[in-house]
Formats: sequence, C-alpha cells, structure tokens
Amino acid sequence: MPLAALPVGVRARLCAPAPGSAIPTRLGDLGFVPGTSLAVVRRAPLGDPVEIDIRGYRLCLRLEQIDALFVEIATDRDEP
Amino acid sequence: MSAAVELGPRPVRVALIGAPNAGKTTLFNVLTGSSARVGNYPGVTVERREGALRGAATEVRVLDLPGTYSVVGETPDEQIVEKALAGQLSGVPEIDGIVCVVDATTLRRGLGLVREVLKRGRPTLLVLTMIDEVRARGGKIEPTRLSQILGIPVLGVVGHRGVGMEPLHRLLPEPSRWAPAAALPAADTAEQRFAWVDEVCRAIGANDLEPDTRTDRIDRVLLHPVFGLLVFAAVMIFLFQSIFSWAVPAMDAIDTSFGALGRVSREVLPGGWVTDLWTDGVLAGVGSVLIFLPQIVILFAFIHVLQDVGYMARAAFVVDRVMGWAGLQGRSFVPLLSCYACAVPGIMAARTIASPRERLATILVAPFMTCSARLPVYTLLIAAFVPSATLFGVLGVQALVMFGLYLLGVATALVSAALLSSTLLKGTPSVFYMELPPYRWPTAGLLAKQVWRSATAFVRRAGTIILATSIVLWGLLTFPHAAPDPTRTPAEEARANLEASAGARIGHALEPAIAPLGFDWKIGVGLVASLAAREVIVATLAQIHAVSDDGDSGSLREALRADVNPSTGEPVFSLPVALSLLVFFVFALQCTSTIVVMARETGSWRWPALAFSYMLGLAWLASFVTYNVARALA
Repeated sequence: MPLAALPVGVRARLCAPAPGSAIPTRLGDLGFVPGTSLAVVRRAPLGDPVEIDIRGYRLCLRLEQIDALFVEIATDRDEP
Repeated sequence: MSAAVELGPRPVRVALIGAPNAGKTTLFNVLTGSSARVGNYPGVTVERREGALRGAATEVRVLDLPGTYSVVGETPDEQIVEKALAGQLSGVPEIDGIVCVVDATTLRRGLGLVREVLKRGRPTLLVLTMIDEVRARGGKIEPTRLSQILGIPVLGVVGHRGVGMEPLHRLLPEPSRWAPAAALPAADTAEQRFAWVDEVCRAIGANDLEPDTRTDRIDRVLLHPVFGLLVFAAVMIFLFQSIFSWAVPAMDAIDTSFGALGRVSREVLPGGWVTDLWTDGVLAGVGSVLIFLPQIVILFAFIHVLQDVGYMARAAFVVDRVMGWAGLQGRSFVPLLSCYACAVPGIMAARTIASPRERLATILVAPFMTCSARLPVYTLLIAAFVPSATLFGVLGVQALVMFGLYLLGVATALVSAALLSSTLLKGTPSVFYMELPPYRWPTAGLLAKQVWRSATAFVRRAGTIILATSIVLWGLLTFPHAAPDPTRTPAEEARANLEASAGARIGHALEPAIAPLGFDWKIGVGLVASLAAREVIVATLAQIHAVSDDGDSGSLREALRADVNPSTGEPVFSLPVALSLLVFFVFALQCTSTIVVMARETGSWRWPALAFSYMLGLAWLASFVTYNVARALA
C-alpha cells in the first residue's frame, strides 16, 4: 500500500521501488531504504505533513514527497 | 623578534559537520566561547561561524559548517559542506580535520553521514552528543567499541553541561591522530550505506531506545487536531500582544529621550544648518531605528525561546499546509512572523529556509507583512479620518479598519507567494523535511546571547542604511532655503523652507502621477520622505503643516482635517483620500533598508528592483480603486 495511506501507529516495512522508479536520493540519505521498518506517528492538524518514525528518529515529510513510497505492513518480524 | 615568531605556527583548522539539531551549535559555543565570529561565505548568504578553541595551547580554529543531512550539495548549505569536505571552499583555508557531530539518540541515521565523511579518507573525529539522553531512555552506548570498529576516535559528550569536554579539548588540536584506519569504498548506494550502519550498530550492541515519553505526551496535546490549532492561535495572539503592548513603555521612553536630546541640542548648539543636520538628520535617523529595538528584542526573545523549547518546529508543522498552498514552507512561517516587527530581521531570518526557491519567495513577499513602521501612519490616519463609531455595539470601526489592513497585508503576501511560485519561481518544489526536536528547557545564557546577536545585527544593518537615507532626505527637504522673512513665526518659516526645497519640487513633479489616487503634492513629499522609513511621513506631514509632531499627534490630526486645497477650496484630506493613502502604505515598498537587505540576502539587485516595482504598481492600482470606490460610495 502507499505509505501515505498507512494508518497512524501501524508499523510497516518499506518496499523495493517498482521497476523503473526509484526512491528519491534525498530520502535515501535520510534512511529510506527498502526493508526499513517505519510507522506514521501523526498527521499535522491540517492533514499534511506527516511525522514518520524511521531508524529510531522522527521526520516530517509532505504527502507529495512520499507518494512514490510503498510499504507492506510488518506482521511476523519486529526487528528494524 | 625573529621572523618565525612574527609569523607564528600555522593554526590547526577543524570543521564541525552534522545534521540540524545534532547539538553542533551548542558544542561550537562551548568550544569557542565568546571568540566566535559570524560572517558569510563569499558569494552566498550561508552563515559562516568560526572561532578559536578556548584555552588551547596552540591556535585551533573551529569552523561550524551549516547543519546538513547529506553531503551531496543540493541547497546552498549542503554545497558549502560538500565543498568544505573536498577542500574547495574559496576563502576558507584548508581544513586539517573533520569533526562529525552525531546525536547519539539518532545514531542509526547519523552514522550514514559519518560513512559519507569517512569515504573521503580524511582525518575524522566522531563526537556523540546527548549521551545522557540515550542512557535516560534505556540505551547503551560505548564510544570505545565504536571507535575500534570505525578506526577513528569517538567521544561522547553532553554539550550544554560540558560533560566529556576535557578529552575533546585534548584531541582537537591534533587532527593527525584522527586518521582513519582504512578508507571505505568510495561509491555506494543508500542501501549499502545503511546496511553498513545496521551492521555497525549490531556490532556495538546498540539497542532501540525507549520512546521519549515526555515529548510524546506534550505532542499529543500540542499537535492534537483541535487543541493543536487552538494552542497555535493562542501562542500567536500572545506574541502579538507582547510586541504591541509590552514594548510600548520602552518605545515611548526612547521617543521621549530622542526628542529631549534634540531640544537640548538646539538650545546648546548655535543655530544653522549643521545643527539642523545633527537634530533633524542624524538624531531623527538614529531615533527612528532605535524605536523598533524594544519590539525586536521582545520578538527575538520569544522566537528564540520557542525555538529552544522546540515549539517553533511544531508551529511550522502545523502551518505547513497553509504555507504549502502559497508555495512556501512551514519554515517560512518564522521569518514572516518576524516581519510584524520589521521586514529587515524577517528577511535575515529567511536564511533558515534551506531550499533556495522557497527562501526567495519568502523574502520577496516579506515586505507585505504589516511591519511596525506602518503603525504610526495607520494610527494617525485612522484616528483623524475614520469615524469612531461602533458596529453592533461592540466592534469599533477604527479597530476594524486596523485589523482589515493587517489582514490585507497577510493575504497579499500569501497570494503573491502563490503567484510567484507558479510563474517566476516555477520549478519542482524542494524536498521539505524537518524534525520535531525533543522538548527541552531553554538555557538563559544561550538565550541572552542569541537575542543580543539578533538585536545588534538589526541595529547594524538597518541603522546604517536608515541613517544614511535620513541624512540625504534631510538635505532634500532643507535645501534650497526660502528667502528669510522676519515676520514669519518659526513654524511658518519651517514650512516656507520646506515649500522651497528640492523635496517639495519632487512632490510637485509627482503630483500628476498621484493625483488619480487623491494625493496632493504635500502627500507626495511625505511619500518621498517615507522612503527612509515609512513612519517618517508623519514627521514630514507635521513639518509641512507647520505643527509639532510631539505627543499623541493630536495637533497634526487637527491640521490634516483643516487643510484646504487653495485652488478648489475643498479639504485636502477626506475619508477616501485617507483610505487611499492607508491602502498605499499596505502595499508599497517604501523602505530603503528592506531594499538593501533584500539585495544583500539574494545577492542581486534584480530581486529588490522587482519587488519594489511590483509592490509600487500594486499600491498605485489598489489606491486608485480604493479612492474611486470610496468617493462613489461617499
């Protein structure tokens, strides 16, 4: 599912980008690499941006910046 | 003295690199104390902070590089860091060692940057900050183990408490001892980089930290969908209230002292143009800058407290959506807020916006925000010409007009920003990212230092420009003199001199252009004079009507109401004229210091020229419409 649609508080794992697309370099520098565990901590009162918990820190990003990111909800494993 | 002593040994140069909020600036302040100097890198407006290591036996220069998440230069800040790492930064001597500053609570991200630095194979020292917080949150951190794995020295510190500073002081002067054991492969992907980070974290046994429950609890209220907005509104109202009411006694005191200083100067000094230059040019100029100081100090104290506590990032998070509609960013919010006191510190504060596009848009619309220099003009005209009636028994019409002018300013700023970013500044919006730092208590010492720095920067920037403009305008409004006539009273004499001056001629020359707005030549002179600073028009109108402008300008109010056009016999000022002039002040960029600061901050005269003409055109149009609509309705 798209990261933007991930419900608040649910842990998920970042998917590998679809063939032909890529995770933006800047997001990669910030730790958004496939397989990383993340969760949406909260949405801003006006709905955008969102605060994301990733790699033990929290980062606010606008929805339009994460629309290329897809996640699968982590069920079995709980390691990062 | 021998030549060797004269030249001295070459100082050791080290640079601090790290993510925003990593505690880099706190560390820098602790290391360098009061020796820090703030300047700019050549050609760009990225702040350059440098200082000498306190108490070092040999000279160690510490350079505080801008906070950055990445060493690949996209923004001006990152480009500085990239060039500094490569030793290609013009104007900066070669750096002997790099000090990586990483917030130990975000180690699993911070090590990504460390790897980027290590790839370059240069002497590197890793400083882990906030190790107390790691322990408080149940984390384990072993700098020695990390040092063994990375092959470089690693030190843990608590910057603001000075914990762990002694070993750092010992190591800093010797970058030759920080050489990495082995260079890491040069090219790699983000995936490989973070796989390495995870491996390092596993090897040192770094565990996941417990969540920062205090910050979480506070955020649950302050960022709540409903309470969050209410708290935001309350903070803003409180901020406004403090700027406009707490600052008043100090502003009055400054006003009175400069008035008294002027009177004393006139009594003590011999009459003549030198005395006039001193009192009406220099003193008036300095006074018109210093009068804003109380507001600016309060505003900056507030902004710095909110920033240090951690609320400013939350405010940006809350308003980011609104700012996004206008093509701006959450970070544009603080600079625009500062503009309520004065556009000069606001434009300077726009440096915190990392993306050049949003930064430029913020700078260009900043002068639309209602700065306090407009207030004396608004107060005078509203008090003189807007009826003091009430609507529905509670709402004062005068207050409503004042509020409307403020609203008009903000609305125009946001709409202009939206227009600019969809036309002139078109392009892909920059990536917006921001961290919400943990809530912390502010430190009084650091706070005082920041406020002092901001206030002195304002006085220096605005002061020199306003003073220079004030002197030039004084000359224009003083020379040439009218033929002396002993039968005139001093006030009439002043008026006659003003009418004969070069400034008055400019006012008359302007008349055809401003007549459609309902303005006569006297207002024209006032508009010319207001280029020094907007509120100067009040003093000029007073001079031109041969009344004193002291006290609550009650006499000026009467004089404006009584002023009659000699050729038509109609009053010069009417409600439509007053409204037209008010609207003109909402839009026009009549402020030399703003123009100069804008040029300095954007590195070109093109942008202020654009802003000036755009705002002037808009002011003319809006005044024209206001004047004609108001006349038709009246």
